Amino acid sequence: MSKKIIDFEQLKKFDDEFKPVQLLSTEGELVEPDWEPDLSDDELVELFKQMVWSRTLDERSTKLNRQGRLGFYAPTAGEEASQIASNFAMEKDDFILPAYRDVPQLVQHGLPLYQAFLWSRGHVDGNKYPEELQALPPQIIIGAQYVQTAGVALGLKLKGQKNVAYTYTGDGGTSQGDFYEGINFAGAFQAPAIFIIQNNGYAISVPRNKQTAAKTLAQKAVAAGIPGIQVDGMDPLAVYEVTKEARDYAIAGNGPVLIETLTYRYGPHTLSGDDPKRYRTKEIDDPWIKRDPLVRMRLYLESKGLWNQEEEDVYVEEVRTQINEAIDKVENMPKQKISEYLENTFKDTPVGIQEEIEKFEEKEAR
Amino acid sequence: MANKTMIKAITDALDQELTRDEKVLVFGEDVGKNGGVFRATEDLQEKHGETRVFDTPLAESGILGLSTGLALEGFRPVPEIQFFGFVFETMDQIAGQISRIRFRLGGTRQMPITIRAPFGGGVHTPELHADSLEGLMAQIPGLRVVIPSNPYDAKGLLISAIRSDDPVVFLEHMKLYRSIKADVPDEEYTIPLDKANVAKEGSDLTIIAYGAMVQEAIKASDELAKQNISAEVVDLRTVSPIDEEAILESVKKTGRAVVVQEAQKQAGVGSQVAAVIAEKGILYLKAPIGRVAAPNTPYPFSEAESDWLPNKNDIVLKAKEILGY
Repeated sequence: MSKKIIDFEQLKKFDDEFKPVQLLSTEGELVEPDWEPDLSDDELVELFKQMVWSRTLDERSTKLNRQGRLGFYAPTAGEEASQIASNFAMEKDDFILPAYRDVPQLVQHGLPLYQAFLWSRGHVDGNKYPEELQALPPQIIIGAQYVQTAGVALGLKLKGQKNVAYTYTGDGGTSQGDFYEGINFAGAFQAPAIFIIQNNGYAISVPRNKQTAAKTLAQKAVAAGIPGIQVDGMDPLAVYEVTKEARDYAIAGNGPVLIETLTYRYGPHTLSGDDPKRYRTKEIDDPWIKRDPLVRMRLYLESKGLWNQEEEDVYVEEVRTQINEAIDKVENMPKQKISEYLENTFKDTPVGIQEEIEKFEEKEAR
Repeated sequence: MANKTMIKAITDALDQELTRDEKVLVFGEDVGKNGGVFRATEDLQEKHGETRVFDTPLAESGILGLSTGLALEGFRPVPEIQFFGFVFETMDQIAGQISRIRFRLGGTRQMPITIRAPFGGGVHTPELHADSLEGLMAQIPGLRVVIPSNPYDAKGLLISAIRSDDPVVFLEHMKLYRSIKADVPDEEYTIPLDKANVAKEGSDLTIIAYGAMVQEAIKASDELAKQNISAEVVDLRTVSPIDEEAILESVKKTGRAVVVQEAQKQAGVGSQVAAVIAEKGILYLKAPIGRVAAPNTPYPFSEAESDWLPNKNDIVLKAKEILGY
């Protein structure tokens, strides 16, 4: 046979089916007048306030880290639409499985701020979650939260609960086996899970195009046989609407959804020594700074007469006060005890560990 | 009371726990309609339904991630890893996640998960089916590792494992599945975790073993008895944490110890047992601690199993060497 029967370029054609959803222009105008999400004025203001809170928290956390008052910290500035607006579409009894950069969503979902600071510093009390908080602490092992999300979602389905499990990873995380296993399991069990990829272009220093030859990350959903959506991750209304519709779809019993948000982190990967100047230039950063989600949302609210600079200044001061109170509380926490660590290791404490507990209690009493 | 194989005793335990507690879920590769590759879950799906006993996609990390999530939602998952050689695919979920969650969340959440998996040599399996990897598990804080050596223990220990609020790795030796039968009560009963069992009493030396090596140790002690040597056989049953008290009590009585495992000498939990005796019982000893273990190579090609695996003859030789010290 001399003629080839496979058209390989044609086989990649589904790339074209993934175009980012956008509702707000960078000038804060609706792209289509009919596409206004079903949010009241109060809700729109609340969404924006949470974004301002997140940006303020990021600025303060960075400073507190530099002063040695916080420990591990992964900056979030630039990702407010992706993080806050997606979380805004969820309900209190939905279960969040965050990654290490997803602390803002976790706090908005119900974790007291001082506990988020304790987590940053490395104190067990930061992870003592109230019974009603449907969440795990931020996941350090990239991808692990995805397979766990499939399990939480199946649990919700078996209990007949009208809730979803939702989780986040970055662009680099889509290369992990657990990423794929997680979306595939949730698909096979038709479990109510929302998987969010926050594609900020870089996994530490490695650009997104070094992770995969796939043209979008959303199209990875095809491998699991589930819907994949790409959204402008700097557009809070688009992220909210897409997540809300995905949630409705999942709790209606249709199975999971994969959402890719196209976003950017203005800061370094973490504050543990990463210097983005080694791999990013001003030319790369600038277009993203022009797309700042706060600017866009602020213009939109101002055009509706719902917000002004004065209100914002007052609010930012409020947030700073909250942050100061939380960090003061954290600095007065009692030291951790190894005896408590030992007690937390097993529910039914083995004899050998009981002996260790006694030894440490004696030492700690001195 | 009926005469049962270990596989039947395991099925009984799963069946009774599924009946007793609606939060118990059994799942893994081929455990549903097929009843498991060894029939350990035979008829369970038919009896308890597809939401309680179900098949999963073929991905071990996914299976244990699923378990973590289900446990967070209040279920009591009993996942199966088809062969324990496949545990490497899911080491993070076991060692990095499940075993740490209670600790990580400051004691506010539990992980009542029982991971069942077959392992063990002597039945000519293909590559990475028979490897003894309990040593890797034993080094993970927050995890219990249980290895039954007979049908009676298998049922009682599995029920205890499922009822435990802590995660348990429950390893089932393939050679023991159908090679021995024993009286097993029909009704439910438990055997405490963390407790060893004196499988045979003796006074001249202590043989400490677990898994299939318990049966080899009993055979060795029968042979030693013919030569007027009285060997006590201690079956660890839970290999992590090990029952230090039972080990030391026996060694105190006999003054001599031989630690036996199927795993390679650098693996398993034999070194931990020996260290405990050296640390806390050295003054009881009349001779150095003897060790019987497999050579430090990867698990053998199946035709070489009989030359590679430790057996009762190795135990007899080592026992006599220790006695003649």
